[in-house]
Amino acid sequence: MKVRLLDIAHARSGDKGDTANVGLIALTPAWYPVLVRHVTQERVARHFAGQITGDVVRFELPNLHALNFLLHGALDGGGTFSLKTDAQGKVYSTALLRLVLDVPDDEARAAGLPEA
Amino acid sequence: MTGFTSAFTLLSPQGADMSGEQGGADRIVRVASGQGFWGDWLEAPRRQVEGGQVDYLMLDYLAEVTMSILQKQKERDPRMGYARDFIGAMESVFEAVAHRGVKVIANAGGVNPGACATAVLEAATKHGYRGKIRIGVVSGDDILDRLDELLAAGHELRNMDTNEPLSTIREHVLSANAYIGSTPIVQALEQGANVVVTGRSTDTALTMAPLRHEFGWADDDWDRLAAGIIAGHILECGAQSSGGNCLHDWRNIPDLANVGYPIAEAKADGTFVITKHPGTGGRVSVPSVTEQLVYEMGDPHAYITPDVVADFTSIRVAEDGENRVRVHGITGAHPTPFLKVSIAYRAGYKAVGSLVYAWPDAMEKAQLADRVLRERLANLGLHFDQILSEFVGANATHGALAGDGHDAPEVQWRIGVRGTDRAAVERFTREIVPLVLNGPPTVTGFAGGRPKVEEIVAYWPALLDKRAVTTSVSILE
Repeated sequence: MKVRLLDIAHARSGDKGDTANVGLIALTPAWYPVLVRHVTQERVARHFAGQITGDVVRFELPNLHALNFLLHGALDGGGTFSLKTDAQGKVYSTALLRLVLDVPDDEARAAGLPEA
Repeated sequence: MTGFTSAFTLLSPQGADMSGEQGGADRIVRVASGQGFWGDWLEAPRRQVEGGQVDYLMLDYLAEVTMSILQKQKERDPRMGYARDFIGAMESVFEAVAHRGVKVIANAGGVNPGACATAVLEAATKHGYRGKIRIGVVSGDDILDRLDELLAAGHELRNMDTNEPLSTIREHVLSANAYIGSTPIVQALEQGANVVVTGRSTDTALTMAPLRHEFGWADDDWDRLAAGIIAGHILECGAQSSGGNCLHDWRNIPDLANVGYPIAEAKADGTFVITKHPGTGGRVSVPSVTEQLVYEMGDPHAYITPDVVADFTSIRVAEDGENRVRVHGITGAHPTPFLKVSIAYRAGYKAVGSLVYAWPDAMEKAQLADRVLRERLANLGLHFDQILSEFVGANATHGALAGDGHDAPEVQWRIGVRGTDRAAVERFTREIVPLVLNGPPTVTGFAGGRPKVEEIVAYWPALLDKRAVTTSVSILE
C-alpha cells in the first residue's frame, strides 16, 4: 500500500553549517515503528539524491516517537555563504514529507495507516 | 599554558540543600521566553512580564549569522555591535524589573556587551529607573585579540566541518567568540544583578543559569543541568514551541495574532512544565514542544554544551492539562574539555536579484532569461565562485522533488552569484534589470531595481580547550 509520509508524520527542520537536520515525528505513537522500519537512512538518501552532496545519518528518539535525519551538504555551503532561498534548511521538513512509502498491506492495515 | 586560568573551577557551588530556605521541593521558578532571535516580535517581552507571574525573562538574540552582522556594525561604530532591539525591550519591562522582582537574562551583548549594558543604563536613567537596575555584564567570550597568542600556544582552531586550520583564513578574521556556559551568569545573579547581559553565551545557558542559581544545583549534577539545558532549548526560539511555525495541525492553532510565548515552570528536581500565559493565542502541546525539541538537532544522545552533555533520547513529554506539557526523565553527562568557538571571517561578496515571469509558460520564460543572463555574464568575462539559479513558485525550496514548474501561474526567477572579485559581483547586479526590455516576455517584479552587493561574513566553527578561556563578571548600576 502507498502511504504518504505527510499523512502519518509531522516534521521540523533547521541547520548546522552546511548540514540540514529534519526531525520527523509520528502523528500517533503507533506509527513510530512504521517510520523506523520504512524511513531508513538509505531511503531518505535516495529521496534527496541529487539535492544534497553528502551523507544522510539517522538517529532514533523512541521516547518522542521521532527520528532525526542529518542531511550533510544540503545547504549550498550554509549560513551566509549560501545563495539559496532556504539557506538555513527551514523547509527541508516538508521536502521529506513528500516521500511516499511502500508498506506491505497487512502491516499497513494492522497499523491503521491512511492510504495515499 | 602560562597565564591561562580555568573559568570553570572558579565557581563555588552553593550548598547542596537549599530546598528548606527556598520553599521546598514543590517551589516553582518560572522562566519566560521573550525573544527567539534578533528581529523577533517587539511586543513579546512586555507581554511575558504583564500576562502573569514570571521570575525570569530570557531573551535570546544571537544566531550564528547574527555575530557576523554585529561585528560589521561595531566596525562602523565602536559603540555598536550589540542587539539594539534589547534597549526597547528593556524599556518595555523596566517597571517589572524595578518593582516586581523580574530578572532579565539576555545574550544581547553580541560582540560588545559593555556598550550594550551602558545603553541599558542610559535608558534606565532616562526613564527614572536609575538605582533600581543592577546589570551584570559577562565578558571573556571574545577571544579576537588573543587569537595569535592562542595559535602560537598550539590551539589550531581547525574548522569543525572541513578540518582546515585557522591559519588558512587568519588574515580575514573579523570576530572570534567562545560559546560560554551558565557559570558567569550564575555568578552575576549571586552578585545581585537583576539584568544580566552576555556576549556569546549559549542560548540554552540563558535559561539553565537562573534555574541553577535558584535551586543551587551542583556543577556536577548532570541530570538536573541537562534538564535546565533542555528547558532552554525549548524556550530559545520563542513562540516556535508554543504554536508558532508549528506544522502539526497548523490550521487549528488558535489566535496566532495574540500568540503566547513559552514559559518553563521548573522544579528543583529537574522536571518542568512548558506553558504560556492564560488568554493568549497559540498552543502548547506535545506535538508543538516535540517539533521544537528536534529543531537544529545533531546527535540526540550528545547535545554538547559547556556545562553538560544532555541526552535528548531520555526526554519524556506528556500533556498536563490545557496548554501544559510536562517534561521529565532527562539525563545528562560530564561535558567535554572543549568550548565551541564561533569565528567570523570575510569571505568575498555576493548579490541576489530576481524577476517575475507570468503565465503562460512562466517557467520556460524564466529559464530562458536565466540562460540569456548567464551567456551575457560569460561574454563580459566575469568570473564567480558560484552562480545559483532558483525558480520560486516551481522548485526553489524542494528542488526536483517539486516537479518541473510546468503551467505555474507565475515564477520568480532568482539568481545569485558569489565571488571574491567585488567588481564582478557589482557588474552582475546591473545585468538583471535590462532583461525587462531585452529578454523574454511577460516579466515584472523589478521595482526594487538593482540588487545590492553584500560582503560575505562567513562562519568558522572550531573547538578550543576550556582552560584557555576565562570569563568575568562586572556590575554596572
